[in-house]
Amino acid sequence: MSVFEPKSEEECAAIILEGDSFEIQGGGSRAVGRFDGNSRNILSTKGMSGIVDYEPAEMVMIAKAGTPVSEIEKALKKGGQRMIFEPLDYSGLLGNKSKSTIGGLIATNASGPRRFVAGAARDSFLGVRFVNGKGDIIKAGGRVMKNVTGLDLVKLLAGSWGTLAPMTEVTFKVVPQVETEATLVLLGLSDEKAAQAMAAAMATSCEITGASHFPVNVASSFKEFGDNSVTLLRLEGFKKSVKLRIENLQKALSSFGEQLILNDKQTKAIWADIRDVKPFADSTNTPVWRVSVAPMTGYKVVAELGAENAFYDWQGGLVWLRMDAAPEADKVRAAISKLGGGHATLVRASAEQRLSTEVFQPENEAVAAISKRIREQFDPMGKFYTGRMD
Amino acid sequence: MSTAKKSEAVSTGIQMPKPDPAILLKRDQIVAALKAIVPGEGVVDDPTAMKPFETDGFLAYRFMPLAVVLPETTEQVSAVLKYLSNEGVPIIPRGAGTSLSGGAIPQEDAVIVGLSRMIKILNKDYENRTLLVQSGATNLSISDAVSADGFFYAPDPSSQLACSIGGNIGMNSGGAHCLKYGVTTNNLLGVKMVLIDGTVVELGGEHLDAAGLDLLGVICGSEGQLGIVTEATVRLIAKPAGARPVMFGFDTSEYAGACVADIIGTGIVPVAIEFMDKPAIDICEAFAKAGYPMDVNALLIVEVEGSDEEMDDMLARIVTIAKRHKVKVVKESQSATEAALIWKGRKSAFGATGRIADYICMDGTVPLGQLPYVLKETARIVEEYGLRVVNVFHAGDGNMHPLILYNINDPIEAQKAEDCGMDLLKLCVDAGGCLTGEHGVGIEKRDLMLYQYTQEDLDQQMAVRAAFDPEWILNPSKVFPFEARGNQKPLVESA
Ligand SMILES: Cc1cc2nc3c(=O)[nH]c(=O)nc-3n(C[C@H](O)[C@H](O)[C@H](O)COP(=O)(O)OP(=O)(O)OC[C@H]3O[C@@H](n4cnc5c(N)ncnc54)[C@H](O)[C@@H]3O)c2cc1C
Repeated sequence: MSVFEPKSEEECAAIILEGDSFEIQGGGSRAVGRFDGNSRNILSTKGMSGIVDYEPAEMVMIAKAGTPVSEIEKALKKGGQRMIFEPLDYSGLLGNKSKSTIGGLIATNASGPRRFVAGAARDSFLGVRFVNGKGDIIKAGGRVMKNVTGLDLVKLLAGSWGTLAPMTEVTFKVVPQVETEATLVLLGLSDEKAAQAMAAAMATSCEITGASHFPVNVASSFKEFGDNSVTLLRLEGFKKSVKLRIENLQKALSSFGEQLILNDKQTKAIWADIRDVKPFADSTNTPVWRVSVAPMTGYKVVAELGAENAFYDWQGGLVWLRMDAAPEADKVRAAISKLGGGHATLVRASAEQRLSTEVFQPENEAVAAISKRIREQFDPMGKFYTGRMD
Repeated sequence: MSTAKKSEAVSTGIQMPKPDPAILLKRDQIVAALKAIVPGEGVVDDPTAMKPFETDGFLAYRFMPLAVVLPETTEQVSAVLKYLSNEGVPIIPRGAGTSLSGGAIPQEDAVIVGLSRMIKILNKDYENRTLLVQSGATNLSISDAVSADGFFYAPDPSSQLACSIGGNIGMNSGGAHCLKYGVTTNNLLGVKMVLIDGTVVELGGEHLDAAGLDLLGVICGSEGQLGIVTEATVRLIAKPAGARPVMFGFDTSEYAGACVADIIGTGIVPVAIEFMDKPAIDICEAFAKAGYPMDVNALLIVEVEGSDEEMDDMLARIVTIAKRHKVKVVKESQSATEAALIWKGRKSAFGATGRIADYICMDGTVPLGQLPYVLKETARIVEEYGLRVVNVFHAGDGNMHPLILYNINDPIEAQKAEDCGMDLLKLCVDAGGCLTGEHGVGIEKRDLMLYQYTQEDLDQQMAVRAAFDPEWILNPSKVFPFEARGNQKPLVESA
């Protein structure tokens, strides 16, 4: 079995036409999912690298799928811009040094704290070129912000974890950097109270762009807060506006107890840690779940499970949950379903645990049947490994 | 489109399939079966009563459907789909029928499944900032239901008083305020949908990023071809402290276009940037008395949000930029009434234009930097056809809406207008944009799809379509050009 690194989409198409049994890979930094250990050809996009077009005034970037995210971020920084969905970097959590690629980032729909107000990677993703299992080179979407021309295949590719087709080129929206950011911290709230405080904050006109909560034992991984649970609310924008809004927010939340304010630098640092799940980036393989539920349900799931190691993002709707030893998938998913539904992805676990667990939330029968038919339509001969998402 | 002078004139440029005689023969039997599923007033089969269903907002084409069924529950929708797909009868899902691309126009052998009786708001959940609603409810009824509590639903098509949330999902609709908050797909969290065989599925919900393949993403904007949405969970947003529209008048459209690109590029995200050219200003002012400046050739309406201090700050920045682009008039609204009038003028642009002439509305999107060029070319092309054009559109995201004026009762002019529209859309594609930013392909742009996509691109889309509806029962004559369908069903025989 071999590793293929095509340099162009034509070469990629030729490889697919001739060969069989491919595992599609970007930088390999997001090895989430089930890998059954059977040997397969690796079809890597790394050879297709480079920014194709970037005009900051157009607020769009086109890049080959194998372009390292670091290279993209460097170019964006120079242009005074950023990806609004705040790309989440799994490498710390998963303990690898691999360089993630922009294709991999979009394929995993890896969105950070701003997702709950500004959309996921899929919402910034405007256009794509890919090669299907028949070796056809296909484009979908385009480079403009609004586009309803035909079926939105772009969304299907986002979050397909390399199981539909290798993307060769991606086009995504970028936005200007903000002038400043700040965080209002509430100290000492219970998980339930924190959920209420975050909901109250979101009901104001303060335009929060991050709402996260750390129970005491997880908060202790951030030295600066002493022995307190912390609830963090981020504001971004022009200096004057942030100052005004943080004052308004302080007033609106005065009944929730003690408050602190983090400056621009502190804010940047702590939200990067939240984004990249730093509290659980502990160089172990203990199972970590990424749970998505309604904002007011997150703390209930944690309580139901009696979990000790959990923290919250997205106003409480995103729960990062570290288990002690076993993933206990059934228990986790039963709690979610009992409390109103959502999904759980086992983002970290040992290889054996991942093989014996349904890493991605199982779909109901009718939905699974559609997904299966869609996969067949992208890859009728079954050349791409899809077991990763099973 | 002109509601004022409805006409019986029918254009014929766009082909529709020949009705299946076997289905026409079974009509009585089909109607009886539908009546058994949806009792009472739920089945419309009288030709006079079916008249309003012959067309949608794309008035130049009309076809009498076989029957119209208006279910009241998801169970009824499911039974109807199961029955009709078994019988092989084409199904046209319909919300309010305001589509501007003919997305809801029926065909003679098809049954319209209309959602107009499913309009209930089922749950408001402010802590989770979501709302669960039946798909026939109007777009505006959602914002109205939560407004008093300080929330709103962001996508706001100009047709929001009439159009349904199901239709918005069908077309992935946008609106003036989408520049900041995104279009329907960015604000939709979940759906309950009936599949072609009657199976009911739920996708997403109050949580974010449904597990598995993003089916919600492909359903949004699928123009009624993948299933019928009966309920939607949408995202609510807290209302801003305040909002203020400001008008900027320019001597030329090019100045205005360049100003738009510059505002966006500096990191200011206004809620909306709307563009009007001179004919649009004249028409809207005459209709709404909004106080638009009359001595300019192009107008931008820029709306900012926030507290008063914030808005002052942001406006000062925008004014500085506008000055660089030779702005001639800057006019702030001084009161809520004035602000409402400014928006009333803009939102009535289509209706007001319809009072002076028939029009077709194009919907191509172009990269922002191309706006000045595309506006200039638009003027040139329309003039070549000897027609007139009104430009009023969502400039902040490059979504053009040239309204081509013509007389619907003059077949030659009607054909000219259609051809001219197609040329304008090709212009958008050539400029790096696309055929439609928010109105959808429908039948209107169907035959241009191969201008934007290759056969392989369309094959892939049609294959995904077939994964939901293998027999092509749902809205079968839309979106995909007949000549591109290859071995996909149905092998359409053109009439
Ligand atoms: C004056 C005017 C102004 C407009 N302004 C805007 C604007 O600013 N922005 C914009 O985006 N659009 C605009 N439109 C276009 C139109 O209003 C939108 O496309 C709207 O979303 C259509 O909604 P509807 O309920 O009328 O749907 P319909 O026209 O009935 O149907 C639209 C499509 O959706 C499908 N569909 C409808 N309901 C369902 C359902 N429940 N399940 C599955 N499929 C369904 C139909 O089959 C059809 O393909 C405007 C139209 C008019 C007439």
